[in-house]
Amino acid sequence: LCVGVSSCHRHRHRHIHHNFLRVSKKPQHKGNYHSTLLLPTAPLSPHNSPPTQTHRKQYYHNRKMSILEYNGAAVIAMAGKDCVGIASDNRLGIQYQTVAMDFKKVFKMNDTLFVGLAGLATDVQTLDQLLRFRMNLYELREERTMTPQVFTNLLSNILYEKRFGPYFAEPVVAGLDEKGSPYLATMDLIGAIETTKDFVVSGTCDGNLYGMCETLYKPDLGKEELFETLAQALLASVDRDALSGWGGVVHIITKEGVMSRELKGRQD
Amino acid sequence: GPNCDLVNFSEYISKNLALYELSNDGMKLSTHAQANFCRGELAKALRKGPFQVNVILGGYDENVPNGGSLYIMDYLGSCHKVNYGAQGYASNFTLSIMDRDWEEGMNEEQAVKIVEHCIRELNMRFLLNQSNFIIKVVDKDGVRTVKADSDPSDN
Repeated sequence: LCVGVSSCHRHRHRHIHHNFLRVSKKPQHKGNYHSTLLLPTAPLSPHNSPPTQTHRKQYYHNRKMSILEYNGAAVIAMAGKDCVGIASDNRLGIQYQTVAMDFKKVFKMNDTLFVGLAGLATDVQTLDQLLRFRMNLYELREERTMTPQVFTNLLSNILYEKRFGPYFAEPVVAGLDEKGSPYLATMDLIGAIETTKDFVVSGTCDGNLYGMCETLYKPDLGKEELFETLAQALLASVDRDALSGWGGVVHIITKEGVMSRELKGRQD
Repeated sequence: GPNCDLVNFSEYISKNLALYELSNDGMKLSTHAQANFCRGELAKALRKGPFQVNVILGGYDENVPNGGSLYIMDYLGSCHKVNYGAQGYASNFTLSIMDRDWEEGMNEEQAVKIVEHCIRELNMRFLLNQSNFIIKVVDKDGVRTVKADSDPSDN
């Protein structure tokens, strides 16, 4: 279970968690994407081996950071009784420095479909634009709204297309299907889909999020209870993660519409 | 960022924006559109040959509340609309100052005061001695230099 992790054991703790989850066996991220991220003027290398140590390091930065942890994010989605909720934090950072406190990672695709994207901010934004584009194209051609299952498969396809130079984003899909029942799905950065009935999480503190959701989740929660559960799970998880936080936003999707609320948490 | 990419990228973007106006019957792009174009170019180049340029883009639009909007982009292509921003080593010193001083609905004079505060702080605390800064203002009448301790024609 720890193969390939020994050289960078300190920061791969979150991937060791994956091997014990009942939900899915997410693939271990290869060492390729773990690079010592350099000063702003140095480019990231998504291919092959990490940059050598001859490059300058930020003087306070001696911990190897994955590209997926560059900007920081936390995203949860949970299913309730005929409703789904999706939530994200508000932080946008560049490694340890916070740049913005209102950068949301959940995007509305249509009234019954939201997608949350955690990972490198540039790819989060690119994927948001790409998904809206592909979805609009689909709806123009097919003359019908895209179901969450089709959307998930579309997203998976878009991600796998870039298999050997991927988008560094791990999405979470939350929506209501045609019958109005909740649909949740998650993927890794290359599009391996996992659908669940209870909750899905993604982000730099996904270990914390899994723990909180596992503890607080109950099936068939109503709108308000689902909001409360999501809010508590998110806030408690990001409080123990330096890279996510600064409040959050929760969207509860029901047949009647979407209820969105801002969360005020610890502003640090 | 490094001057090579700085000059190359900024000229590339500004000339393409001018081209848009020429090709589309004089239609001007909003600041939001320009920022998104800039972000798109950075994102496209990222996986080919990245521009190592961190951008702060500010512009004035009539139909936007408060008129001015500021966008901050890093070299990877993540773009965000902000009220104040800084790139490079300056950000370590000045973001906290702006967190404190910035208020909703300030006028130009107050904004320039904050920028000057940031410059004073850098002169005091930053190890590199960079005493020459240029302050520019963008408003409905265009871009103008408010204060220049060095020769503006250098830029």
